[in-house]
Amino acid sequence: MSNLFDLLVAGLATGAIYALVAVGFTLLWQTSQTINFAQGEFVMLPAFLMLAAMHVGAPFWLAIILGILLSMILLGLAFKLLLVDPMMRHGVLPLAIATMALAIGIKEAVKQFFSAEASPFPSIVPTGDISVLGHAVSLQSIGVLVVAILAVFGLTTLLNRTSLGHQMQAAAQNPTVARIIGVPVERMILLTFLINAFLVALASLLITPIYLAKFSSGEVLGQAAFIAAIVGGFNQVRGAIAGGLLIGVLDNLAAAYVSTQYRAAVPLIFLIVVILFRPQGLLGRAEERTV
Amino acid sequence: MKSTILAGALLAFAAATGAHGQAIKLADVAELSGGGATVGTNWKNGIDLAIEEINAKGGVLGRKLEVTHADSQSNPGVARAQVQKALDAEPYVLLGPGYSGSVKVTAPLAAEAGIAQIMGGEAAELTQAGNKFLFRTSFGQQSSMPKVAKYIHDEMKAKTVAVVWVNNDFGRGGRDVIVKELDRLGSKVVADLSTEAGQADFAADVGKIKAANPDAVFVYLNEEESARILKELKRQGVTAPLMGETTLIGQKVIELAGDAANGARGHVGLTTDAPVDLIKAFREKFAKKYNYVPDHNGLKGYLAVYMVKATTEKMGKVDPKAFADTLHGLTIKAADEPGTLMDVTFDQNGDIDRQSFLVEVVEGKQVVKQVLPKVK
Repeated sequence: MSNLFDLLVAGLATGAIYALVAVGFTLLWQTSQTINFAQGEFVMLPAFLMLAAMHVGAPFWLAIILGILLSMILLGLAFKLLLVDPMMRHGVLPLAIATMALAIGIKEAVKQFFSAEASPFPSIVPTGDISVLGHAVSLQSIGVLVVAILAVFGLTTLLNRTSLGHQMQAAAQNPTVARIIGVPVERMILLTFLINAFLVALASLLITPIYLAKFSSGEVLGQAAFIAAIVGGFNQVRGAIAGGLLIGVLDNLAAAYVSTQYRAAVPLIFLIVVILFRPQGLLGRAEERTV
Repeated sequence: MKSTILAGALLAFAAATGAHGQAIKLADVAELSGGGATVGTNWKNGIDLAIEEINAKGGVLGRKLEVTHADSQSNPGVARAQVQKALDAEPYVLLGPGYSGSVKVTAPLAAEAGIAQIMGGEAAELTQAGNKFLFRTSFGQQSSMPKVAKYIHDEMKAKTVAVVWVNNDFGRGGRDVIVKELDRLGSKVVADLSTEAGQADFAADVGKIKAANPDAVFVYLNEEESARILKELKRQGVTAPLMGETTLIGQKVIELAGDAANGARGHVGLTTDAPVDLIKAFREKFAKKYNYVPDHNGLKGYLAVYMVKATTEKMGKVDPKAFADTLHGLTIKAADEPGTLMDVTFDQNGDIDRQSFLVEVVEGKQVVKQVLPKVK
């Protein structure tokens, strides 16, 4: 039983990170129909930007800020202007394929400029345990959960409670009408790209101390986030959150109770079942777009 | 005109076959990228260092050594293609690969070409297939695992043991030997956990270890995965003593796992922290040249080249066909060839006999706790 509790906590912590990545994924889809297959690599890269900042002598806190800012410039602004905008004119599919190419490019560049070897990455949460309901729970798991929940809470508040958020929703739901009533649609789309870049940088900061900084570490994450977004409902932020947590827990339970070899298959099987019986995702709505 | 061309061709032929004074060509195929990049990079750097030293002192029998490095990408399929390519260039000796799976698929190629292969793989089965051209640079699992099992049983006094292993040739080979040995000694294996190469999340595996509550945990994974599981073991507060092999307590693992590596113990065939003067000197030279402290793979690459030197000098000629025969049964004393760092004997299978060490990680440093003598 205590084993199950540990598995749930660890699964929720990983799932919270998947959720962050999956939310960014759905945001890009909502506002610009971008299916970003480089999302996993987007999570891998900020850690290396932070490491680079530390290599040149920045303290950890400054490296985090620099890493997040650089991510927003590279993975938000530059990604939109240099790749999404030119490719978008040719449709969803060419763009999706271009993001696959981008994923390979980012991986190889990191391998080239850093190394193919893994690097250690400092944790923002101290190691140690606290007792929850008589169980020892690691501070790291709690820290990851808390930061991820705060980020998601902040994002939903922004989207639902502020004028800016409403404008973003409008831009996503009906760009033509939004434009007519004076919503700066282009700027709203850019904003979602920046938010996505911020979310992946945050995910990077949380996951890398556990997974280590490595050029290939985005592969698993990108896939997990993709599955999470589809399972939860591709057109709902809350769906992506639920999907992320669900996949995180499912993955851990599968590794413990099914087998380590087939752990990666279980979320995929789950995905197939969801698509067969509820194609819009668990929390998604058919034929509707909203952020 | 025709005769000039003919004469030219003859001259070129004479130059190509006039072996004396020409460089001796070695070919290295190693894990320079992918999961084994730590292994391959250390191995390659060790080779380059040894060759630089040997050439600076006039080479082997008056001839310089030359090496080409090829990247197996830690992938047996790629390794096979690279080895085939390397063999087509007819090297004197083939060096590498380091991963057992890659050695397994490339060894038949080298044997068929009649070229000796000095490699880094440690899987037990490699030298049991009757291959007369394959040589180790470190202990095979059949030599090291019994020492480990004995330590877990006698010194750690563990009655129950959890065994975590990586599901590839290396991991399965080690797992099979240790489980058999533990069973023979009377320590019970209470959890037998297979994990995947490249696995990032060990929460579930550590959860199972915790549930089994063993007296000791034997961890047999590659370097990066070792670091991840050490962190997870610490995160979930597992306090049972951890025992492993070189891959659990290597420099890279300590760097990656940080505090979590403290207290882990491992049997080490080779370590740059060994209380042996020649090894200390090697470590300094290596660190000076590459700006980092090598792990045992750096030593293995270095030794491989000195094995070539010692064997060739023993033969008194550069003869690829007689190389393997000469190395079988050969004992190289460190007093005669300091590059081998310790006295070493090769048996008829290409297995190695040498003293080894028991190491514990104390405050981020490998500390040698015991020296285990040569078997024979």
